[in-house]
Amino acid sequence: MGGEILTIVYLLASVTFILGLKMLSDPATARRGNWIAAGGMLLAIAGTIFLYRDEDGRRLGNHVWIFGGLLIGGVVGVLAARKVKMTAMPEMVSLFNGMGGACAALISIVEFGRLLRVPVGWTEYPPLSSLGNVDGPLIDAGELLVILAGLLIGSVSFAGSVIAWGKLNGRIKDYAFKRQHLINLSLLALILVIAGYVHHYVTGTPVKVDSLKDALEGGIRPGGTNLARARLLFYTVFGLALVYGILFVLPIGGADMPVVISLLNSFTGVAAACGGFLYDNKAMLTGGILVGAAGTLLTIMMCRAMNRSLRNVLIGSFGSTGGGAGGGPKEQGTHREISVSDTAMLMNYAHKVMIVPGYGLAVAQAQHACHELEKLLVEKGVEVKYAIHPVAGRMPGHMNVLLAEADVSYDNLLELEQANAEFPTTDVVIILGANDVVNPAARTDPSSPIYGMPILDVELAKTCIVNKRSMKPGYAGIENELFFRPKTAMLFGDAKKVLQELIVAIKDL
Amino acid sequence: MSHILDWVIVHEQMIYIVVLMVFLGIEVIGRVPAVLHTPLMSGANAIHGVVIIGAIIVMGRAEDDNYIALGLGFLAVVLGTLNVVGGFVVTDRMLEMFKKRK
Repeated sequence: MGGEILTIVYLLASVTFILGLKMLSDPATARRGNWIAAGGMLLAIAGTIFLYRDEDGRRLGNHVWIFGGLLIGGVVGVLAARKVKMTAMPEMVSLFNGMGGACAALISIVEFGRLLRVPVGWTEYPPLSSLGNVDGPLIDAGELLVILAGLLIGSVSFAGSVIAWGKLNGRIKDYAFKRQHLINLSLLALILVIAGYVHHYVTGTPVKVDSLKDALEGGIRPGGTNLARARLLFYTVFGLALVYGILFVLPIGGADMPVVISLLNSFTGVAAACGGFLYDNKAMLTGGILVGAAGTLLTIMMCRAMNRSLRNVLIGSFGSTGGGAGGGPKEQGTHREISVSDTAMLMNYAHKVMIVPGYGLAVAQAQHACHELEKLLVEKGVEVKYAIHPVAGRMPGHMNVLLAEADVSYDNLLELEQANAEFPTTDVVIILGANDVVNPAARTDPSSPIYGMPILDVELAKTCIVNKRSMKPGYAGIENELFFRPKTAMLFGDAKKVLQELIVAIKDL
Repeated sequence: MSHILDWVIVHEQMIYIVVLMVFLGIEVIGRVPAVLHTPLMSGANAIHGVVIIGAIIVMGRAEDDNYIALGLGFLAVVLGTLNVVGGFVVTDRMLEMFKKRK
């Protein structure tokens, strides 16, 4: 009876995952969708603990350990997720993704141990006295394949996610060496060869039935598989997969981390699906593959938003070739500075002001000040809109989330095309800590690493004010010609401080 | 090789599910606006936390004297729970900020 109920529980959980993901892709239903999927997950977890029976109909034991683990993970997870700052959310997602990958890898490690200890068809050590003839292979070849795949993908996802986390919070710097991609590919090939050999070594040797008793006592499998050697090879795959995960993410520029996190996210999905095969568990399979497929599409969509291919992101990484990618930093003439009071004057008498937020706004936590400025200008009869580049900030949608936090109306956020259509009728554009997304080199300079990326055409407006902390280039490490154009004026300073000064100055007018 | 083929036959149903889920996963998020890319990624991240089920099974089946399985299983349960709980809560926090706009 319990088994049947569990089957239905898993079915329900699978449906909530699909429904949740569907609702998450629509702004109106997203929040409910998230909780529906969470409800399905809770159901699946509770069902597994209380209703799961293994092949011999035995229940799960070690309830104290299970609940202990759930409690620790749950409390730490809620605290971490509640306390994290809005700007640090991307790296938090990366870290949680890494945990999932590690979980999948650990499952594979334990199951490999079981596989070596327990012959197929038995769920525990057979009593040695009862050993008779055994037919067929002792190790399930397909099962071993799934275990190896889960180990490999889970480990890469774990190590890669931790590196992505470190890069986003600045603890790990971009690091590249010569022929890195060649070395990475060779390493991946080596891992696959060793994994293939483990598989062959453990399953491929013929079974000698009469030696089974000796085998179980002596640590040598029938057919001569040396357990110690098999384990050593297996852990080598594990170790090398971790190294590969690190090397895979290390050379990719920090600005591309969202794409990498999304890709690793889909990796973890596939690793979870491997567990689905291992336990013949359809909830794990559905959830895992669903995320694997959706995550891959999402990755491609993120790349498309930057008008780049996935290959270009992974191999032709930003910054890995240093300043040389942009043809070297060129002397571009002089820039013009503008004072806070002049900016206040310009904005006060403008008909239409367009705000272009970027990562600088997020770092300075200036979203509330920004909204205040907007309200003030609207009171003075100025039309204020926000131009949101799809990849402004460190993650797609980053700016929307940030501005929504400050209660900025959704209707005032313009997407790339809408914004570009409105720039010609805009008097003042104020750019708050954005750089690459307004860099004209993306349209004019084929040698630029961001060439081809759609940008916000801020130059179509009458005046363009750029707020930055200094003249330093942006995340992609390339010069921005925009700063030297005659229409552009630079307003240096921390975004929050400058905005607050602007608000005071406009109030005084 | 024949073992692998056997395995495919035995898991025929599961393999069908994989194929259908690949198409469904692509179809389901196909029209997501760029605004929701980050929360969607975060939500998907929480959903693959379903790997926790595997961790629970590993933990529940570990023999009392198999300390490696007990230890690794326990660690897997903790990490899997972090993935699930943290993932859903972070996603909710992101989406919380969208709700007031209408």
